Amino acid sequence: MSAHVSARRGGRLTYAVLICAVLVSAFPLYWILVAASRSNAELARPVPALLPGPRLLDNLQAVLDEAAIGTALLNSLIVSGAITLGTVLCSTLAGFAFAKLRFRGRGALLGTVVASMMIPPQLGVIPLFMLIVKLHWVNELQAVVLPGLVSAFGVFFMRQFLVQSLPDELIEAARVDGASHARIFWSIVVPIARPAMAVLGLLTFMTAWNDFFWPIVALSSQEPTVQVALRQLGGGYVHDQSVIMAGTLLGTLPVLLVFGLLGRQIVGGIMQGAVKG
Amino acid sequence: MPSAEPPAPPAPLTARRPPRPPARRRGRPAALSPYAFLAPFFTLFAAFGIFPLLYTAYVSLYRAELQTPGELEWRGLGNYTALFTDPFFWTALRNTFTIGVLSTVPQLLMALGLAHLLNYRLRARTFFRTALLLPYATSVAAASLIFAQLFGHDFGLVNRLLDLVGIHPVDWQNGTAASQIAVSSIVVWRWTGYNTLIYLAGMQTIPAELYESAEVDGASRLRQFLHVTLPGLRPTIVFTSIVSTIGATQLFGEPLLFEGSMSGGISHQYQTLGLYMYEQGWGFFHLGRAAAIAWVMFLLIVVLVGANASFSHRRSVRRRTRKEAGR
Repeated sequence: MSAHVSARRGGRLTYAVLICAVLVSAFPLYWILVAASRSNAELARPVPALLPGPRLLDNLQAVLDEAAIGTALLNSLIVSGAITLGTVLCSTLAGFAFAKLRFRGRGALLGTVVASMMIPPQLGVIPLFMLIVKLHWVNELQAVVLPGLVSAFGVFFMRQFLVQSLPDELIEAARVDGASHARIFWSIVVPIARPAMAVLGLLTFMTAWNDFFWPIVALSSQEPTVQVALRQLGGGYVHDQSVIMAGTLLGTLPVLLVFGLLGRQIVGGIMQGAVKG
Repeated sequence: MPSAEPPAPPAPLTARRPPRPPARRRGRPAALSPYAFLAPFFTLFAAFGIFPLLYTAYVSLYRAELQTPGELEWRGLGNYTALFTDPFFWTALRNTFTIGVLSTVPQLLMALGLAHLLNYRLRARTFFRTALLLPYATSVAAASLIFAQLFGHDFGLVNRLLDLVGIHPVDWQNGTAASQIAVSSIVVWRWTGYNTLIYLAGMQTIPAELYESAEVDGASRLRQFLHVTLPGLRPTIVFTSIVSTIGATQLFGEPLLFEGSMSGGISHQYQTLGLYMYEQGWGFFHLGRAAAIAWVMFLLIVVLVGANASFSHRRSVRRRTRKEAGR
């Protein structure tokens, strides 16, 4: 991402402002840890605790007792994992066809995909809900997974990558050798697309893990994802702030871990500029 | 994307045509195989993307209740007229607008400033970029719960800080302006870093020579920012304002979890259209009415995005003519 490195060096003020911004960004996350490791009484003192305390395990235990957090974490993992695998695969397949194959209706189909990226998903939620009711999928995880696999952005992202990174000659040569399209896909396209697939996978996983609106519509309190379980914690069943924050910690940690390991790739993916919230 | 250079901005859709596949040998299977590659995506897209979108308009003309989702009863425009006579609809519309402005404007301005700073040559730039993106990795649910606690009336950290500088505690839950500011701050916190990176990416495509020649001409840093950076960033700024506008119109999780009720505060003081739709559909079971709200939200987005686009278009035209006139 260093296409243009500014020649001008940042001064002290630059660092000061940036460090303040980092502190503001990080503080609420740090606060989760503080509040989750203290008792309610400690948080309510005139001078509140600002450092992590010793009660983290107790509070985590309390969350596990009060809410279906264990199930929720497992459900979130299943849902996000399935959505990630499915989205990356569907997007790569379709992205390849749009980037390198010729067929009737290509322009119109691609146009439909791109246009649908502009339409807010909430517009389709009510019929989607009626559909899953009809299919008897309410409270079933596939109600969250299947609609999650539709990613116009993913198709567009893979297409853009493959248009540029996959040489036509390579496909041509494979064709001359008599390779089928399926063969070309697995032995040529997938290896070349791997870095883009990884970035798309990361972004998809984060979005799926953090998704809130559709899961609370489609899943009940018995079979929640972790975000739905957080809503139950905040929604008045539990009044203990420390316990709520312990649950929040559990819901946030997995993505933060992914972020800690692969933050650079995620930043790179977003700086490509096409990612939409 | 490791090692490889960043892909250029999206190429035009008709960029490069793939060569015509050799016609020989391959009969039907090859001709059909592009569709086989598209089939998984488009099957899902038709069922879970396109169909619901179109069907929403249909449902909005019917009485559809959550308990009896199979039974639709024709209502014509009844759902819409019911909306327009409901004072809470107007409250939600107004709140969506004010919260939208309160969250979008500071967020984009701060992002612009931060991106400008990050564009200097810096030590630890990867650290800064990654750290500023941390809030983006936090879910709506988690962020809203944290902020609800920080903004608590008696023990919230924000009020205690205000107390330190001698300001009376603010009722962040019940005051109209205060609660809207608090809800907006969740949005600002989550999205500023994301927009910063988008702006930074845009800034890095501005050629360094422009800055060099501006420097030679003796332009101050502020003038360089105003006359080189901002014009170069125009398409990016339009993109971010459109995305933020769409996001603000749909705002839902933040007001829902700020206090935990569907009404957005005791007097609906921060209930947004997104939350109002959820309340009508899944609180009061009126799916038809909720579908009508969805359509109102969509029309609102169309109007706002259109206004945004024509505004930025007109500005760029005016700027161009001014430049030519000055020449």
